[in-house]
Amino acid sequence: MNASVSIVDYDCGNLRSLHRAVAAVGATSVQMVSSSHGLEDAERLILPGVGAFGHAAEALEQRGLFQSIIDYAASGRPLLGICLGMQLLFDESDEMGRHPGLGLIPGRVVMLDAQQASQHGDKVPNMGWLPIRPPSPEVTWEGTILSPLCVGEYAYFVHSYAACPVDSNHVTAVADHGGQPFCAVASCGNVIGCQFHPEKSAVAGLNILRRFLAMTEAKKG
Amino acid sequence: MTSVRVVARLDVKGANLIKGIQLEGLRVVGDPNEYARSYYAQGADELLYIDAVASLYGRNNLLEIVKRTTDEIFIPVTVGGGVRSIDDVRQLLRAGADKVAINTAAIARPELITEAARAFGSQCVVISIVAKRRTGGGWEAYTEGGRERTGLDAVEWACRAVDLGAGEVLITSVDQEGGRQGYDIELTAATSNRCAVPVIASGGAGAVDHLRSVVRDGGANAVAVASILHFKQASVSDLKRGLSEAGILVRPA
Repeated sequence: MNASVSIVDYDCGNLRSLHRAVAAVGATSVQMVSSSHGLEDAERLILPGVGAFGHAAEALEQRGLFQSIIDYAASGRPLLGICLGMQLLFDESDEMGRHPGLGLIPGRVVMLDAQQASQHGDKVPNMGWLPIRPPSPEVTWEGTILSPLCVGEYAYFVHSYAACPVDSNHVTAVADHGGQPFCAVASCGNVIGCQFHPEKSAVAGLNILRRFLAMTEAKKG
Repeated sequence: MTSVRVVARLDVKGANLIKGIQLEGLRVVGDPNEYARSYYAQGADELLYIDAVASLYGRNNLLEIVKRTTDEIFIPVTVGGGVRSIDDVRQLLRAGADKVAINTAAIARPELITEAARAFGSQCVVISIVAKRRTGGGWEAYTEGGRERTGLDAVEWACRAVDLGAGEVLITSVDQEGGRQGYDIELTAATSNRCAVPVIASGGAGAVDHLRSVVRDGGANAVAVASILHFKQASVSDLKRGLSEAGILVRPA
């Protein structure tokens, strides 16, 4: 396999582990991209991120990456947002004021309900390993980025906000927090978001990254 | 509900994995990376490295070990011991750590917690508290790997650190540490009842029963385990099976 992957480096989180993880599953070349230049030749792109939504969106804007990522996604090439990077794929977030996101998946990002959580012995931030499953029994992971996983495999989450896709068809996997399901993986064509950290989710996470490396540009219809 | 995390704790001195009793009397166990790899393979949910002597000499040998670890291990890694400044935090995160545990420097200058949380997010700031039972009741926080008294009530200090921005509490009992007689359950319960963030219980694990009790009765969100694993009394998967049989949710090993 000759798999090349680019990772957006906009000073929002440590990229070493992600870099090592994609290398471990067979990426033959890994580029760090910190300006719009690197995006033209990218075969597949990962948008990572930790921290605050508004700050991250601004950091993308300052580097001229905000619009270039939107353009990249429109080209049909695979895009994977991780954690805050997933949340940035949506229309807007409530995190400390209202902030516009990339608008690649319709929906908004809302805070996890701490009160509801505490009634179920859960805390905010939601930090730890949770099993993920399809949003309903009719949904299967065949043909999705989760195809290598079994239902109920665990992934490592660290977050206080979660995305709510408008279209339930965009929800590929959910996990439970405070007795309520939240969107753990969203997919909208070539755009995929993972709320958990595949690079920290042991073998299950590595399998997701390996599957991502096998994705190629969507055929335009 | 989030599963209970089994955290493999690796105390490190220089290039070696070590293990002590009550944080003293250190004994060399082996190559930390070799042990870390094996715990990852056994299904550990997280690794916790503590540099046992860094805070005495103000240096940090862990960067290289952390880099080697995160080259091949894909679970969260927390690192502590001798973390004194924002720059130390940054270096450890760059080396691949997901979270940084701060003890001595936070007691000396509590604003460090807030500064680190602002710069990198609360989720990567762990307040490490080393606590010793007081004769009159309660616990006192100690610094410098359990050698120096602070006069601070350990549980009060935990609450304050969380208010200042710490996203997790690592609570180590000096009395129980290395004794394999069980965690200090009351200390863990007192901490987890008062803190809204996850609590990692540490010090004293000698059998799977100890893990069960500190989760059930101590309210621990995570359990740190060292001796049992290092001396091959049980594997991570044995421990997880034991927790699971008691009805405690864990990620299957």
